[in-house]
Amino acid sequence: MMRAFTTLAAAVTIGLAGSAWAAEQIEIPEYRWSHEGVYGTIDRAAAQRGLQVFQAVCQSCHGLKYVYFRTLKGIGYDDDQIKALAAEYEIEDGPDEWGEMFYRPARPTDIFPDPFPNEAAARAANGGAYPPDLSVIAKGRPGGLDYIVALQMGYEIEPDGFELADGKYYNAYFPGHQISMPQMLFDEVVEYQDGTEPTMLQHAKDVAAFLWFTAEPHYDTRKEMGVRVVIFLVVLAGLFFGVKRALWRNVKKH
Amino acid sequence: MALYDTQYQNPLIKWIDSRLPIITLMDNEYNKYPMPKNINYLWAFGAISMIMLFVMIATGIFLAMQYVPTTDGAFDSVERIMREVNYGWLLRYVHANGASFFFLAVYFHTFRGLYYGSYKEPRELLWIIGVLILIVMIMTAFTGYVLPWGQMSFWAATVITNLFSAFPLVGDDLVTWIWGGFSVDEPTLNRFFPIHFVLPFVIFGLVFLHVAALHICGSNNPLGIDTKGPQDTVPFNPYATMKDLYAFFVFAVIFAVFVFFAPNYLLHPDNYVPADPLVTPAHIVPEWYFLPFYAILRAIPDKLGGVIAMFGSLVVLFFVPWLDTSKVRSLVFRPLSRLFFWLFVINCFALGWAGAMPAEGIWILVAQVGTAFYFAYFLIVMPVLSRKETPLPLPESISEPVLKSGSPRPKGGGRVRASATASRKEKA
Ligand code: HEC
Ligand code: HEM
Repeated sequence: MMRAFTTLAAAVTIGLAGSAWAAEQIEIPEYRWSHEGVYGTIDRAAAQRGLQVFQAVCQSCHGLKYVYFRTLKGIGYDDDQIKALAAEYEIEDGPDEWGEMFYRPARPTDIFPDPFPNEAAARAANGGAYPPDLSVIAKGRPGGLDYIVALQMGYEIEPDGFELADGKYYNAYFPGHQISMPQMLFDEVVEYQDGTEPTMLQHAKDVAAFLWFTAEPHYDTRKEMGVRVVIFLVVLAGLFFGVKRALWRNVKKH
Repeated sequence: MALYDTQYQNPLIKWIDSRLPIITLMDNEYNKYPMPKNINYLWAFGAISMIMLFVMIATGIFLAMQYVPTTDGAFDSVERIMREVNYGWLLRYVHANGASFFFLAVYFHTFRGLYYGSYKEPRELLWIIGVLILIVMIMTAFTGYVLPWGQMSFWAATVITNLFSAFPLVGDDLVTWIWGGFSVDEPTLNRFFPIHFVLPFVIFGLVFLHVAALHICGSNNPLGIDTKGPQDTVPFNPYATMKDLYAFFVFAVIFAVFVFFAPNYLLHPDNYVPADPLVTPAHIVPEWYFLPFYAILRAIPDKLGGVIAMFGSLVVLFFVPWLDTSKVRSLVFRPLSRLFFWLFVINCFALGWAGAMPAEGIWILVAQVGTAFYFAYFLIVMPVLSRKETPLPLPESISEPVLKSGSPRPKGGGRVRASATASRKEKA
């Protein structure tokens, strides 16, 4: 009985949950990410390169509305670098004492400014499609980072007979295969400050690594804490097991 | 003066306890309370569920301090909690995964009750309160799932509230009333938040009654026979408390692995996409703990029929004490019923699986057969078997089989001496 229940427990937690949305996905290539595994941490160099790609390419269409510049500390920038990084952006502020809105350079306590003033403007500029905010996109798509890479690498000539609507592009991995985002990544779109070879795949993986950080800014802290919490709980469980055994040994013999 | 005649000598404790014997009460209920000594680890899930309720309330209150129940603010505020609030990610991941683990514990607890006949006389009311707790939990988790206002939140709310429109005559008005408008919108979110806030405290009250009723009847045990005296029991504290705590920490390890290493595994990616009434997700799937009910809902081709079947699958649980009329509680002594019990468990998994799949092709059939078996188990198998099946002979008391080595299942007659030494495996 007990054994059967234990097996069931495992089945519940592992089997059922996974099946819930594993249904009918397009097969996407899987990559190894440095943050995977129990001790894996975010690859800061990759995330910094990803930020470079994001700034050079993606931010003309996509916002990062939950990301404060100060958060970038988490991928290894210091205060001065963050200040300089933020100052490259102009953001609207105000009203001032005359009731006027004005522009000023961004500060570390600001968020990445949206590229469009509103959703309608974004749609107008993108053939009716809305470029979603990328802050949590890594958690908001089945396949996560692998999907983001696949999407960037998945532009192809449409197969014979495929009806591609106007202003759409064929993408092997986008659901329905018709996407309004044109291919944005090619080899050598940006020149990396750290000298990494700027291939298209490298760009895609780096921007994905950056988007993992924006989706989970406390990722490293969480796992570090997790290791300690799990060890603590295991020890505690062991102690209580000892106590329980010592107690019950006496009971049952008499 | 009719003061309570307390046993305590300490002046302060005596003063309090003689006016409000709460310390005596705690002492009786959680210290001295006699626990059958043959209980196995499945008996720990009650305590585990109770701890999970506290965990949910504690994390929920702190989430509520930062949460904004508006259509514009909800998703943003949850992200804000995750990013900007100190350890907000921890609160939110514990709360979101905690719901799953709470249900896991309660399901174990409930199936334990079904297997060992814990619903039978004199524990009928105890069981009924348990079913009430399950129903209020379902309402709590459903309203909670709507709060982060992601795509799944919105569409789950739309699908489930829409069910009420199936009721004849009042259906449409009822749905408008629940929504506070003509679609799931800000008024809906505004009312779901306080409902979600309050129901856990209703659960808390029900748990209190549940435990009060338990302590009148006493705990059941794997043999399902009554305790015959102190030789059959151990005091709750420290015996059950230490055992329960050990079990809880093992449970907590698994819980922590999810919270810290796979916190999004049980959540749906679509719920990290802000709600959009204009875009319907490809598959609207509920959380895993609702999947069997969802399968039952979709198994019936008629909307009203589906709704009735889904609610019926919970309501039928209230009647279990009168559907199973066998005097023998534990299925340990009812091999045929035991077989059907495990078929029922497998059937629940099959229903869960069907609930996770798109309602088409083979899955509709699985859901329909599963639904038929679900109800047949309670309405046909239980009443028939409790009349027809001849149970195995029951042991005379708990002490007897516990002192006998190994299995409590009596093997062909012959009593074994109490002195025959024992390896104390808790086989049930
Ligand atoms: C020219 C504007 C533009 C640029 C530049 C751009 N995108 Fe997009 N992106 C879009 C549009 C428009 C959509 C919406 C596509 C649709 O729904 O058909 C989109 C959608 C997406 C999606 C979501 C796809 C889905 O599954 O819904 C991701 C992820 C994405 N872009 C990533 C990126 C990344 C990473 C970059 C930088 C390398 C980038 N985009 C650069 C316009 C752009
Ligand atoms: C029976 C106990 C409870 C259960 C089963 C439960 C369940 C849930 C669930 C499933 C969610 C959605 C999680 C997500 O996907 O983000 C949620 C969210 C929430 N709950 Fe609870 N909850 C309980 C108790 C409470 C209490 C007592 C409070 C407040 C006093 C509370 C406040 C909240 C808030 C503010 C949210 C939205 C934030 C978020 O989504 O993380 N909950 N709850």
